[in-house]
Amino acid sequence: MTTPHAAWILLTKELRLELRTRELLNATIVFSLIVVVLFSFAFDPTAAEARRYGPGLLWIAFLFAGSLMLNPSFAREQANDTLDALRLAPVPPFALVLGKMLANFLFLAIAECVLVPVFSILYNVSLAGIVWRLIVVLFLGDAGLVITGTVFSAVSAHARMRELLLPLLLLPILAPLLIAAVEATASLFADPPALDRTWLSVLAGFDVVFLTASWILCDYLLEE
Amino acid sequence: MSSHSPAPAIGLRFESVSKRFGTFTALRGLTLEISPGEFVALLGHNGAGKTTLLRIASQLMHPSSGAVTFVSQNGTVSPDQARRLVGLVAHSTLLYDDFSAVENLKLFARLYSLDHAEERVAQALESCGLGWRATSPVRTFSRGMRQRLALARALLHSPGLLLLDEPAAGLDRQGLAWLGTTLARLRGDGCTVIMSTHARNESLELATRAVNLSGGRIDRDSGSGGDPRPLLSSLREEA
Repeated sequence: MTTPHAAWILLTKELRLELRTRELLNATIVFSLIVVVLFSFAFDPTAAEARRYGPGLLWIAFLFAGSLMLNPSFAREQANDTLDALRLAPVPPFALVLGKMLANFLFLAIAECVLVPVFSILYNVSLAGIVWRLIVVLFLGDAGLVITGTVFSAVSAHARMRELLLPLLLLPILAPLLIAAVEATASLFADPPALDRTWLSVLAGFDVVFLTASWILCDYLLEE
Repeated sequence: MSSHSPAPAIGLRFESVSKRFGTFTALRGLTLEISPGEFVALLGHNGAGKTTLLRIASQLMHPSSGAVTFVSQNGTVSPDQARRLVGLVAHSTLLYDDFSAVENLKLFARLYSLDHAEERVAQALESCGLGWRATSPVRTFSRGMRQRLALARALLHSPGLLLLDEPAAGLDRQGLAWLGTTLARLRGDGCTVIMSTHARNESLELATRAVNLSGGRIDRDSGSGGDPRPLLSSLREEA
């Protein structure tokens, strides 16, 4: 079986499981909304301030949402050792990781579909004219977040204090991605808005490097 | 379990296999050759290394040293080929509690690229007596029902090597009878079976070989082609 076919089967499994339990999406959306709403009350920002601080705030909300979502990604395979059943199947090991990555990407994208319009209203930041460019930035930023997050979720899944271990491992690694994503978003929120190709290249480079590393190291990631 | 023809039986060759977990050594230079079609009863006290041996045989775990080779009647089988031919019933059920019985089996049928998947899944459920609960979530099943479904999952792709880790756990009298019938059919089909169990399991009557582990080493082995009954009797008396 090819990697994309196996990853597709596992993606549909993840979606079905999430539809059944609604564990990840509910928690992620509610938590990230709380962050955005609380900050809007705390700072009561003007439009100029919102353009200045908004990108950082938005990506902090995405990071928290991602951390919440990524932790159970592999951990919930522990319940009946279902990861063992997947590893026994004649599918490429990378397909197991890729299926999880695609599912996490989809869940984060759904959370952002709720979060970004709320942010736009509360912070008085108009998204008119920058929607497609913002989608490009979010796509590259989210991809980096879920690629590294899924990998470290696999690494920390067997650890006793995995809830603590994942952020400890993940946050330092994500620093370059977050800086690039915030800067790229800030240039979109500026007047006039612009798509900063330098930061986009950093985001794309980060995604390619970590996706390649996870492909090379997936055998070790899934091993006990 | 299913009318589909079984995969060719495969055997195993463990050569000086050791497995260490930190300072604890679970297997100590174990050498064992299991021919295709053998039904091996793997016995020993708790912590003797039975589960570790089965996990290494299933490729879920790599040995710290030594080598494991898969063999068929036609020669060596690569680890990738062997993966398709191995079925495992472990301590855990390896099933998704939030999925129904039929969803669990369909997922694995797709992962194993099985032909006539719907038919095979329906047959497997009927055979293990869970057809009437096919659409119920596994979390609503009793321990025995989960164990039956776990075995149905392990047999869905008609494996040539079946690894069973305490398969009778949680089964009632009726379940044990079903397990015995299923194992007898597998032995008749020529499937290689390695079953870790305790000495009083009724299914041991089917074994063509008995191997007793102690402290990560082979303590006693009735040998390939030998009679396992004297060893099993002696172990029953000791138990």
